[in-house]
Amino acid sequence: MKQVAKEVLRSNAAPELAGEPVKTPSVWLRFIRQWDFQLMILPAVVFLLVFNYAPMYGILLAFKEYNLFKGFADSPWVGTMHFRMFFESPEFWDIIRNTFCIALLKLAIGFPAPIILALMLNEVGGLFKRVVQTITYIPHFMSWIVISGLAFSMLAADHGALNDLLVKLHIVKDPVNWLSEPKYFWGILVGLNVWKEIGFGSIVYLAAIIGIDPSLYESASLDGASRFKQIFLITIPSIMPIMMIFLILGIGNILTAGYEDILVLTRNLNNGIMLPIGNVLDTYVYQMGILNQRYSYASAVGLFKSVLSVVLLVIANASARKFGRTSLW
Amino acid sequence: MKLSLSDKVMKAIIYGLLLCLAFITFYPFWNSLVLSFNIGSDAAAGGITFWPRKFTLENYQLVFKEKTIYHAYLITILRTLIGTLVSMFFTAMFAYAMSKKGIVFKKFYTLFAIFTMFFQGGLIPYFIIVYNLHLYNTFLFLVLHGMISVYNMIIFRTFFMELPDGLEESAKIDGCSNFGVFFRIVIPISGPVIATLSLFTAVFLWNDWFTPSVFINNQNLIPLQTTLVQIINAGATASLLTNVNAHTAAMLQNTVTVKTLQMATMMVATLPILAVYPFLQRFFVKGVLVGSLKE
Repeated sequence: MKQVAKEVLRSNAAPELAGEPVKTPSVWLRFIRQWDFQLMILPAVVFLLVFNYAPMYGILLAFKEYNLFKGFADSPWVGTMHFRMFFESPEFWDIIRNTFCIALLKLAIGFPAPIILALMLNEVGGLFKRVVQTITYIPHFMSWIVISGLAFSMLAADHGALNDLLVKLHIVKDPVNWLSEPKYFWGILVGLNVWKEIGFGSIVYLAAIIGIDPSLYESASLDGASRFKQIFLITIPSIMPIMMIFLILGIGNILTAGYEDILVLTRNLNNGIMLPIGNVLDTYVYQMGILNQRYSYASAVGLFKSVLSVVLLVIANASARKFGRTSLW
Repeated sequence: MKLSLSDKVMKAIIYGLLLCLAFITFYPFWNSLVLSFNIGSDAAAGGITFWPRKFTLENYQLVFKEKTIYHAYLITILRTLIGTLVSMFFTAMFAYAMSKKGIVFKKFYTLFAIFTMFFQGGLIPYFIIVYNLHLYNTFLFLVLHGMISVYNMIIFRTFFMELPDGLEESAKIDGCSNFGVFFRIVIPISGPVIATLSLFTAVFLWNDWFTPSVFINNQNLIPLQTTLVQIINAGATASLLTNVNAHTAAMLQNTVTVKTLQMATMMVATLPILAVYPFLQRFFVKGVLVGSLKE
């Protein structure tokens, strides 16, 4: 029987299944035979090469003193000069502090917020739930420009809605100048971020929560657990895997303390008062590179940030794996 | 399920919090809309909350008289339409080839693409490359920026891999080429995925203000959101007001102020998304799920 099968397989042009050694055509022959598929891949690869990888080569820029006239190849090497300049600059510690603090704040508040919203949404239903969902999804689709416009309007010192409300309720006597005091900046920044993403971010969690087996809840309530207890003992552990993935991604992104939001809220860094408290690595790169045209210096700072990001991502993922939970890879 | 007292309290608190959240989210938009329909000088006196106190259409009239707004709108619409089309086309094609078994160098291509998600060269080198390619200050750049999205590619690829082989085979038996299969069979069937990803891409392109502010200098090529930045950063609004002679009267009477003008412009910039959004809610909810849960 086996002999017959082998004969059939061998003759049916599937010699590898019959256990025979196969002469694979050379790589390049296969390549040419798949010319149409390779052609489909080509534009994407070229694009990534030009716009993603070529700029990586420009990282060498961080070790040179870029001279517009001499061009890239002829600009002189300066080694680690830019890095040393950055580490010794007066704003270095401010920037590092801002980057980490803002990122941590965003993570500390922005990570749980959509989860809590999803948990709350799960407890309500009907039209109310749908309306709340529809409304809270909107800010995600707005550009930061519009959001900053709204923020400036609501927080304005003269007759901004928030100040009007606080004064009317006698919570404060005089309107607070939210937008001009550095001490409120972090709060406003993180608050706006949460406001923008809380709705959209809850979608994934809500979907995961819906997928939980209802019998778990039934047996829990039979055992006398209140709804409140059920949420803590059933819902949250069940969505742990998804939470971990997003947490890892969040930590890996921790150095991306954001720049669009900061740029917009500081009016493209023109609002100088906010710089010591709001300047982060990315906005510093923008400030030094685009505004001040110190290309090499800005590249060095950018490179510093990229490398640090990758390191953090690897650490975060490794720790997640060590603790036995889900990880990215 | 019987609810204990603490559960009932919890539920009440939840309803209350959700109501607050919905209100805090909705009010700023509504208030801006109201202010945009209000007379400027009156708005400056404050106290306008849920309805215009002194109604006027002049803020909008001023906005629409201004040529820069028209240009910006045109640029944004063109950029969004063409950019989304181009991005979807090349990304989907890339993903389709990557979904086939036995593609030479596939592992390399995969690594090549995914690496770009984690490590970037940075803004400055990107700027220099774009500049050296003579793409600075061109419309082409607006379309090319972000054209290949590896994230979208992965979503497409996952979807294509799950299509039944029979579909393709019967087409090839009828003599269809690989390109033919892609265009005539795979693309039509991918309607939902294409719709969802197009939506996300379109929103990204519509809202992108930062890249044009760095890479575009020509005022005729500035898209809507970037124009909005210029306006909100106060300076430009003043020039808008002084530029338009026909409305000097309105200016003198203070019916239009910087603030109400800003509100009107903001509404104009946001309206398309707000209008289309409720109809597309189904799609993007699905899209988010496909993207994150199906990895």
